[in-house]
Amino acid sequence: MFIMKHIKVIKSNCLKTDGGCGECQSSCQSACKTSCTVGNQECASETSKTNDTYL
Amino acid sequence: MIHTFKFDNRFFAYDVFSSSLMEVDEATHNVIDLYSKGHNEQSIHERLDARFDVQAVNEILFEIEELKKSGSFDSEINYASCEPSTDFHIKALCLHIAHDCNLRCKYCFASTGAFGGKRELMSEAVGLKALDLLFANSGKTKNLEVDFFGGEPMMNFDVVKAIVRHGRELEKKYNKHVNFTMTTNCYDISEEAMEYLNEEMHNIVISLDGREDKHNFMRPTAEKTGSHSVILENAKKFVKMRGDKSHYIRGTFTKHNLDFSEDVKYLHSQGFKQISVEPVVADEKLSYAITEDDLPQIFSEYEKLAKWYIKERAKGRWLNFFHFFVDLETGPCVTKRLSGCGAGCEYLAVAPSGEIYPCHQFAGQEDFLLGNLNDGITNMDIRSSFASNQVSSKDDCRNCWAQMFCGGGCSANAYNFNGTIAKPHLLECEMQRKRLECALAIYALEHMTDKKI
Repeated sequence: MFIMKHIKVIKSNCLKTDGGCGECQSSCQSACKTSCTVGNQECASETSKTNDTYL
Repeated sequence: MIHTFKFDNRFFAYDVFSSSLMEVDEATHNVIDLYSKGHNEQSIHERLDARFDVQAVNEILFEIEELKKSGSFDSEINYASCEPSTDFHIKALCLHIAHDCNLRCKYCFASTGAFGGKRELMSEAVGLKALDLLFANSGKTKNLEVDFFGGEPMMNFDVVKAIVRHGRELEKKYNKHVNFTMTTNCYDISEEAMEYLNEEMHNIVISLDGREDKHNFMRPTAEKTGSHSVILENAKKFVKMRGDKSHYIRGTFTKHNLDFSEDVKYLHSQGFKQISVEPVVADEKLSYAITEDDLPQIFSEYEKLAKWYIKERAKGRWLNFFHFFVDLETGPCVTKRLSGCGAGCEYLAVAPSGEIYPCHQFAGQEDFLLGNLNDGITNMDIRSSFASNQVSSKDDCRNCWAQMFCGGGCSANAYNFNGTIAKPHLLECEMQRKRLECALAIYALEHMTDKKI
């Protein structure tokens, strides 16, 4: 196994390339209303695995 | 595309299109910086061998090659494969339930509630019709959203309740779910109303700026008295009754409180754990507006806030700061990230008159009128211009490392500052990037197996 000395990977390849179901929250409905902040929204299909709020 | 940054004397790297986060040493930071500027191996050695051990630079270049093979370094994206649907279904409505307010906030983008027009409340008939429009045009989307916004929504509470009742009926009819939310100043709200809202609202946003003098200066009542003490007590009661259910205490900072980390600390000291304090968006000519000259202080303040935030959470005094929250594992898909806030497309705003706008910030601007509840959406040219205004269509965004987090920025801010929704408001971008560096560093430091906080 290759061990890196200079680069410590904390999370890798996290970007979900599939999806697009459109079930997640609209960003301006969360808290901002003046700044567009998409990256901190939760994926609804992930949420639905543990939460019955979403159908 | 890869971005490196420094936080609290530590170095980090973020690979944009794979969403990979790394901590690196100083030599690697320098190697990546040169690599991302197009320097080859020889050129990197020429520039760094005098500063760093040659063997170390070779090791770093080898590690980079290994990461590239795994797809987590300098990864690429095919924008065309991530294009969002343009079937123009509607998912979310911002209902301007009251174009009136009991406060006279100096920075209000809604002209202290009236949105540049007359002070009026949305009628029940308009509200119910708006919901009918939402459900009938929601396509296959199961989870819908309705935000009660103003002005101050509690000035029209009976209509709010009527709309919620109607929404619950429509849920059964269409087999869909609607999340109601409200943004309130919490100034005039009874315990009975809090109980109702805690039951029916999926999320509550309570506007409270922080320290008493800062809040009262910008958020006086209509009678020109301070609103802080009343709102603070109401908010405490409301949040206590709400328990773990979703909410935010939402403040605004201006040029008058660039030391806004003190406002976040103050709110936390009052028992609030879900906090969002955001920069005011205002014309540069206004005395409280944030300008480019303020950026160094704001950057320093975000760093200061982030360091305090990490320590508080590590000590068990947990809080969530909205702009420091990123979840790399359960965050949105790339399609969502590239399509942004959805304004003008899946997200629309309805004024008390029944007029429909791309979002709450465009309400009252005739050039952006999309239609009305009687005739439906008639101005498809404007809607199409929002639909095509994606991250991938904007040069400023395509070349920015933060493109997967901000959705291309706020269209209203872009229009108000640059005269077009296609060019982001760069002051907003600068602050967004700084917040994201802090957020990623926080994420990294809290997810390290050998964390030393």
